[in-house]
Amino acid sequence: MPILQIKNLHKKFTLHAQNGAVLNVLNGINLQVKAGEIAALCGPSGAGKSSLLKAIYGTYRIDDGDIKIKTTKQKTINIAKAEPRQIMNLRRDVIGYVSQFLRVIPRIGALDIVAEPAIMQGMSPDQAHSIALDLLDQLRIPQKLHNLSPLTFSGGEQQRVNIARAMAAPRPLMLFDEPTASLDPQNRQTVLELIAQLRDQGTAILGIFHDPADRNFLQARDIHLSAVKEPEHV
Amino acid sequence: MNEIPPKEPLIETIIEPATQIDPNYNFAYLNEQTKKMIRRALLKAVAIPGYQVPFAGREMPMPYGWGTGGVQITASILTPDDVLKVIDQGADDTTNAVSIRKFFQRTAGIATTLNTAAATVIQTRHRIPEQKLQEGQILVYQVPIPEPLRFLEPRETETRKMHAFEDYGLMHVKLYEDISQHGHIATTYAYPVMVENHYVMDPSPIPKFDNPKMNNNPALQLFGAGREKRIYAIPPYTKVVSLDFEDHPFEIQAWDQPCEICGAEDSFLDEVIMDDQGTRMFVCSDSDYCQSRSEVQS
Amino acid sequence: MNQPLFSVTNLSKKFGKTIACDDISFDLWPGEILGIVGESGSGKTTLLRSIAGLIKPDQATISYQGKNNKLLNIDQMDEPKLRHLQRTEWAFVHQHPRDGLRMNVSAGANIGERLMANGWRHYDDIRKEAIKWLEAVEIDAKRIDDLPRTFSGGMQQRLQIARNLVTNPRLIFMDEPTGGLDVSVQARLLDLLRGLVRDLGLSAIIVTHDLAVARLLSNRLMVMKDGQVIEHGLTDQVLEDPQAAYSQLLVSSILQV
Repeated sequence: MPILQIKNLHKKFTLHAQNGAVLNVLNGINLQVKAGEIAALCGPSGAGKSSLLKAIYGTYRIDDGDIKIKTTKQKTINIAKAEPRQIMNLRRDVIGYVSQFLRVIPRIGALDIVAEPAIMQGMSPDQAHSIALDLLDQLRIPQKLHNLSPLTFSGGEQQRVNIARAMAAPRPLMLFDEPTASLDPQNRQTVLELIAQLRDQGTAILGIFHDPADRNFLQARDIHLSAVKEPEHV
Repeated sequence: MNEIPPKEPLIETIIEPATQIDPNYNFAYLNEQTKKMIRRALLKAVAIPGYQVPFAGREMPMPYGWGTGGVQITASILTPDDVLKVIDQGADDTTNAVSIRKFFQRTAGIATTLNTAAATVIQTRHRIPEQKLQEGQILVYQVPIPEPLRFLEPRETETRKMHAFEDYGLMHVKLYEDISQHGHIATTYAYPVMVENHYVMDPSPIPKFDNPKMNNNPALQLFGAGREKRIYAIPPYTKVVSLDFEDHPFEIQAWDQPCEICGAEDSFLDEVIMDDQGTRMFVCSDSDYCQSRSEVQS
Repeated sequence: MNQPLFSVTNLSKKFGKTIACDDISFDLWPGEILGIVGESGSGKTTLLRSIAGLIKPDQATISYQGKNNKLLNIDQMDEPKLRHLQRTEWAFVHQHPRDGLRMNVSAGANIGERLMANGWRHYDDIRKEAIKWLEAVEIDAKRIDDLPRTFSGGMQQRLQIARNLVTNPRLIFMDEPTGGLDVSVQARLLDLLRGLVRDLGLSAIIVTHDLAVARLLSNRLMVMKDGQVIEHGLTDQVLEDPQAAYSQLLVSSILQV
């Protein structure tokens, strides 16, 4: 049984500010991702790749269809019908999501931000910090920045902090939204290796990787999403 | 304690006998309906020690702050056979004490005395007599502000609830502030007490020296606040505990010298300025206690 | 735990003809931070005050899972018990520090009051605890004997939080805790609150009109308008995929920096 199984997924946005214009973003998506596999979402801009990741993570509500996640307890939870607190627990223990943007409270240092999800999973703060330190080193965030808020960092540094944060607390299903987008070749290679490592440890990975070279390196299975229809006026 | 054995002939000489009542007044000034109303409040106060009972206070022929609350209680409990003593800051001969005594001589025609042991009713402002009170005696306090929590919580609706729910954290906040600012509990008068393990009570502005006398006292203690129209009471033999902290226990004032008139070492002393050169002496604040000790010695 | 910590069913409150809260129901689970957002006059503060027992709703069933798993019916609880709960297991942080502090007694006494109300009678112990909490909210322990009015607005708010947390409450109600503070002071307070909530395992209900504050502090959001809850869900759901027209308007009105 795959870790992620999506059946006939529909998602539309109703824009009340624009006279109730309806935007159909996802129309009957079916896919599945198994443990130890990397699947890459492909398709033109606007095909709903990011929206699909957000729907799986529970950020976007679902109009129709199922998103079934195999939980650690050998049970399945359908994100489409889950209670908020179930989704919160899933995010802590089962689904990790690396967005393109880092959203954190000002004033907290990078090291603490990276260590936080691991601590939330029950790891001791000391252990979480040593793992965080290791990841920041691998991703070439200089030591002198570790205790500064990443809000002051460059875009590439912020993205690496974001990736480290997810890697510090690996979960059985990891979602990546263009993890290498603003990285230099060296860091891009490191990130790809980290993702491959996760796969080898049995993680199910679904991501958006624009560069075919990235997909090749990761030996990703491509999943094609077709472009969205034009907005329909109701 | 240096107690004087009460001798019959002595007492007779110190009682000023009953006089003719002024016919223009009802006995003890107040009308009978008012007395009944106040007695009902008194009964309730005695039944709930330390609880402030509201009553319909009357206008008295004296200004607020001169003991209108105490006078109304005294007027309501006096009988023609009572012997009344009135003290102000411990003394029988100050204006307030003399006026109130005269007031009841005229309106109730009762006997009066300066002697603590000879009195059946003692109205007091700011002191408890040094001589131990006996069963059957009644001590009536004049109270300016009955609410001990007022200083920190001005809302009466709130303080009443705090009393009802025994929600008294605030009272210790005041004592805490004393210690944090002065290194010790600096409250020296109107020192809050807890009555019979429930109500926190303001004992009126008596010095904290007098606080232990309230505990387990054989006499009935009644408190009247005229301006605020509240009555409260401590029945005989009631537990009265002064609030404190474990590491800052309650203590009474002490002087490093005895009374310069009677030599008492166990009484509350007043500092009296003698002249413009700064000469001062310390004498008993309780004039009757001081005088009777001096008489015994001479 | 398979029980909500706090549960509100069919809460309504009117002021004269004005409906402040219209038939509101929700659950709060242990460890959750629930944000209530909406514009001024939407009824969010009335809702908070009603569920915290500061005002009486016209109608409501409110239950709270107390210590030792005792289910307590808040709406039927008599006042002494409710007050006891309010000064032990609950806490309420007001928008204006002067509403939640005693301005005429020292910082130490402000923190110590709840302890003394719960029977602490050892001055030195109370003082040590006060110092511990001053430090926890990043106020210099030397200020322990100073009056709150000598403190800045941000310090007063932190003192109010210390005063509330000193009895280790399990549920904390906050009414615009960062309102009226400078942005830099706000960030510090948010950081502090989040740390305390996580380290102490608190659950919280926070009323705010500031969606950025709600995003950083809360797990779940309820959007209120005209006394009704028009949308609720996970914080990122409500902010990134708002369903109701009003929520969409609210979210699109957030200023971008």
